[in-house]
Amino acid sequence: MEKFRGKGVFGGIAIGRISLYKRKEQKIKRYHIEDVQAETERFHAARDEAVRQLKNLFEKAVSEVGEANAMIFDIHQMMLTDLDYCESIENIIHTQQVNAEYAVGTTGDNFSQMFASMEDAYMKERAADVRDVSERLIGILSGSEDSALSSGEPVIIMADDLVPSETVQLDKNMVLGFVTVHGSANSHTAILARTMNIPAIINTDIALKPEYNGMTAILDGFEGTLVLEPDEETLRKAQEKQKNEIEKKQLLEQLKGQENITQDGRKIEVYANIGNLSDVGSVLKNDAGGIGLFRSEFLYLENSDYPTEEQQFSVYKTVAENMAGKKVIIRTLDIGADKQADYFQLPPEENPAMGFRAIRICLERQEIFKTQLRALFRASAFSRIAVMFPMITSVSEIKEIKKIVEQVKRELKAENLPFDEKLEMGIMIETPAAALVSDQLAKEVDFFSVGTNDLTQYTLAVDRQNPQLDRFYDAHHPAVLHMLKLVADNAHKNGIWAGICGELAADLELTEAFLAMGFDELSVSPPFVLRLRKKIRETNLDACRKTILEKIEKGERL
Amino acid sequence: MKEFDYIITDPEGIHARPAGLLVKEAGKFQSNIQIKKGDKAGDAKRIFAVMALAAKKGETISVTAEGEDEAEAIAAMEAFLKENL
Repeated sequence: MEKFRGKGVFGGIAIGRISLYKRKEQKIKRYHIEDVQAETERFHAARDEAVRQLKNLFEKAVSEVGEANAMIFDIHQMMLTDLDYCESIENIIHTQQVNAEYAVGTTGDNFSQMFASMEDAYMKERAADVRDVSERLIGILSGSEDSALSSGEPVIIMADDLVPSETVQLDKNMVLGFVTVHGSANSHTAILARTMNIPAIINTDIALKPEYNGMTAILDGFEGTLVLEPDEETLRKAQEKQKNEIEKKQLLEQLKGQENITQDGRKIEVYANIGNLSDVGSVLKNDAGGIGLFRSEFLYLENSDYPTEEQQFSVYKTVAENMAGKKVIIRTLDIGADKQADYFQLPPEENPAMGFRAIRICLERQEIFKTQLRALFRASAFSRIAVMFPMITSVSEIKEIKKIVEQVKRELKAENLPFDEKLEMGIMIETPAAALVSDQLAKEVDFFSVGTNDLTQYTLAVDRQNPQLDRFYDAHHPAVLHMLKLVADNAHKNGIWAGICGELAADLELTEAFLAMGFDELSVSPPFVLRLRKKIRETNLDACRKTILEKIEKGERL
Repeated sequence: MKEFDYIITDPEGIHARPAGLLVKEAGKFQSNIQIKKGDKAGDAKRIFAVMALAAKKGETISVTAEGEDEAEAIAAMEAFLKENL
């Protein structure tokens, strides 16, 4: 038994096997081999293992999603055993006398190229399936440790750190928890863990060793601890704690269908933040009143090229329709800084958080922006969609955005494509500049949503990606609270509504303060919706409003 | 050798799932089974070859079977296509 400490970013107990996640090697080494027969056999053994893994996956998928949806794993098996595919690999091994990894890599490239060059959009996407099976084979051949990720059993992911494009691709059903060596409380791993409602610890004092792979572990997100190979007594206690937690959650379930209302009758909207289509289920399960922040970035991060208008339209429409008339606020592209997609070819920057990102990219590369706006407006014909723009600093930006929006509307009208004329347009308040000129901004838009993560980082000049600075990243800082109050006041003065969609919205220590400031909406990760509802329902605003506002006025920390 | 033509009626054409089922069906027989679309031809027992045809709704494919069980094979393939595509 070995115990490690880290920083818990989402409470909960996970008990299961460790799966070491290692970034996939981009380059496959090519080396000469003498014994082609042995190399061919090595390939055959790897292929058999891959087929075995896929059989497991298939069976598991059948029981979870039904046979029709599970079929893809069956097709992957057929691809692996396809004669053309295998002959190509064997040929390369024989004629070039090279290692199996290289032969699989080359064959995979050729076959996926064949699909990628097809005209049919559906067939083009099959290139990804070929790459997937080839990578599985290469993973097995080179004994890389990440094959456990597709082992068919939910695992605790242990990694150095995870970048956004990696986290969005993880199969959420296969993850019991996260343990990372690096990362900060505001990193994407942490945010993802909260969205997925799974225990996670970061900044763990552990040196990753291959032998950890497959070990039984207890991850305690409350305490921020990880125990490897626990003894019976420890395991029993953890199981008991886990059971208690589940019971607590069931209690929260009873809050479903209840109003978000304080004891003295003040109502507030509680919405949810999501980052992918698959999160919608969690939004509905947790009874959120709507989606307060739909991060559209995944459409860009998961793609190898700019997503088309049709692709985007279909996603926006699906989300809105699934929400069945509840409001869905979609944030336009917020890429750049820590979220990078290669095909944007953004030049490296000295200071990316303050660099070429979000609305700045959209205003410079208007074609990308217009494609997204067209998709959003078209989807608005089918359901309640609102749009908001990130990283705003000035009124002139809004005016420029509005011009582009008008252009898009004219085009859609000319093409006879329906859209909602009254579509609400709002902005993120996440720069101190926007907070300070919020009185003027409020005259131009329909709502404000405060992004507290960036607002805190910019107000305090603290890089939220730097774990060394966690101590200085104080979202309760009087300066931040002052800005929040200012934003709410200016919104109401101008007759528009204001919400908070940053991580801070879920901070129960500040719920009373947000209510006192008069915020109309709080948007949090789906698993926090009911906890926040509980807190709101326990609050008596009359009793605390005056004290809180005085404290903010005096510049005291809350 | 036995042969027949078939016009695809499934709106999505021979996409991955029916291609997989087709390969399984063809695999039940000893005969050499080929599918042709225009000047492209593929072995019905090989998934990549079948998918590479990218046969869509309204397109005509012709299926041939040659071997000891060609009569059964061709009947089964025809029934399969009518049922699934």
